[in-house]
Amino acid sequence: MKILLMGNPNVGKSVIFSRLTGTNVIASNYPGTTVEFTKGKMNFEGKRVDVIDVPGTYTLEATTKAEEVAVEMLAEGDIIIDVVDATHLERNLYLTLQLLERDRPVVVALNLWDESKHIGIEIDVKKLENLLGVPVIPTVAVTGEGIKELVSKLPAAAPGTLRHTEEERWCAVGDIVGQVQKVMHRHHTVLERLGDASVRPVTGVPLAVCVLLFTFLVIRIVGEGLIGYVFDPLFELYRPLMVMLGDWLGPGIARTILIGPGEEIEFMEAMGLLTTGLYVPFGAVLPYVFAFYLVLGFLEDSGYLPRLAVLVDNVFHRLGLQRLAIIPMLLGLGCNVPGALATRMLETKRQRFIAGTLMAIAVPCMAQLAVIAVLAGSHGAGALATVFVTLAVVWIVLGVLLDRVISGESPEIFMEIPPYRVPYWGALLKKLLMRIRCFITEAVPFVLLGVLLVNVLYALGVIGFIGEYTAPIVTGLLGLPQEAVGALVIGFLRKDVAVGMLLPLALSAKQAVIASVVLAMYFPCVATFAILVRELGIKDMMKSAAIMIASALLVGGVLNLVL
Amino acid sequence: MIPLTELGKGNLGVIVQIRGGHGFHRKMACLGLRVGKTVRNMTAIRGGPIVIEVEGTQIAIGRGMASKVLVEAI
Repeated sequence: MKILLMGNPNVGKSVIFSRLTGTNVIASNYPGTTVEFTKGKMNFEGKRVDVIDVPGTYTLEATTKAEEVAVEMLAEGDIIIDVVDATHLERNLYLTLQLLERDRPVVVALNLWDESKHIGIEIDVKKLENLLGVPVIPTVAVTGEGIKELVSKLPAAAPGTLRHTEEERWCAVGDIVGQVQKVMHRHHTVLERLGDASVRPVTGVPLAVCVLLFTFLVIRIVGEGLIGYVFDPLFELYRPLMVMLGDWLGPGIARTILIGPGEEIEFMEAMGLLTTGLYVPFGAVLPYVFAFYLVLGFLEDSGYLPRLAVLVDNVFHRLGLQRLAIIPMLLGLGCNVPGALATRMLETKRQRFIAGTLMAIAVPCMAQLAVIAVLAGSHGAGALATVFVTLAVVWIVLGVLLDRVISGESPEIFMEIPPYRVPYWGALLKKLLMRIRCFITEAVPFVLLGVLLVNVLYALGVIGFIGEYTAPIVTGLLGLPQEAVGALVIGFLRKDVAVGMLLPLALSAKQAVIASVVLAMYFPCVATFAILVRELGIKDMMKSAAIMIASALLVGGVLNLVL
Repeated sequence: MIPLTELGKGNLGVIVQIRGGHGFHRKMACLGLRVGKTVRNMTAIRGGPIVIEVEGTQIAIGRGMASKVLVEAI
């Protein structure tokens, strides 16, 4: 048996969902789409039944992919809980009437009931119930008010008997609203004033800068805190086990692949499947992913993201990047993995491709920043500034180029800006857990596979072979010494090691700048690469990688000529 | 009769015509933009999307779409 939660976006569906279900919730993609929905279980009439949080939709005459999915899912539902925003009854009732025409038992949850009273809206629930012919229960999902009653009314769910054409439906909605709703005088709340301030450029831009700085700061503090105090100590406990395993295996191919070639076990650099393969996803990336999702959940549920999107749409539209594209970019600064995961929020494949490629090329992560700081930083502020200005210029120029070259269009912005709300911690936590689980089951295997592949290629000497053939490019085009070839090839997947190999070469300031820019641009780390493969697909990732390498060589070559 | 984009910041207008196909009308109706509804322009960002308020809901709408919604300023 399946109970579906349906309703417009931003009506508190997920909060009702987290109230109804236990901890065992999973997010999955609807087959053949990137549309995500969540599923959980609840007890109903002595049985465990499925509860599905269907993607928000305004109408059953689907206009977007998410709405198409919602319509398809409707067919599988045994009971529909239609979540209605009591503060916007008219717009919400349109979907309600459509649901009532589908011969499915429906119960209406009149959510945000408290908010509607606050802003002076009075709704006659009994009358609404009579007009619709199905149970209507006022709820305040955030506090849990009305949830019990909602569950107790599920058996009374009834299919509607009304039938309308599109035009009649709007008339019927107007008619119902006229009969049941009274609007009193309303006054602006503090949150509403804040809402206005965050889309007005004069106040919105400084606010956005503050929010993003804060976001970045929280991600770093939480991420680094987790690494320093939780994950690194855990891996230290794990180290003796690896030493023992290494001794037991003895030197040879098995040890090289499982633990790594060196004598010492460096979790970040050994490149063994059981050392680096586990450390990269769990010890280095998971802490940032956790921190990123924590902040993202808060920003989503508070209603800030749509405002940020409106604010930056102006600039980003010219880059072919719309709506949330700024989030992947900014979150990539620090660790590219959360940025790569965040590209999933983008609506079209084209948007995801541009955002993912741009981020991997021009947005340096902590490791890349360290490379830049060490290599270019040793030659003074001028060299550092040259590297960052180059990356910024590349970001803009490449963004415009990709927008021109890649076919397809980015849809214009058209969305509701929900009022600011204080997020409900229960729903936040549930979402966080679900996303972490998703990262571990979906992304980690890719990272392991990536590490294994590099490891095997390295052991087989393929990477050294590539090095020999690319030597003329490195020395001729980029003007770097012959010895830098090995470092750049290693840097494909181990930027930190590359620095170690480049430092003893005593590069000139010009060479250091070129090496820093090329190292930052030409390829992301194994983890980011693996996740981009998953998000973009192997074919698009190949194209993206080609763009990365080509632009790194081009920019490196140009720097070699002009500096 | 002027396009929504021309409605000055803070001004009210009544939608008199929505230029576009059936799908476009539907899309607009979903967020409450229908002929006869009163809208208020909330922002005046140059070139970017505009933010309007209709029936107590704020909506961000791209300039291209907004120019197809015609209003009578009041």
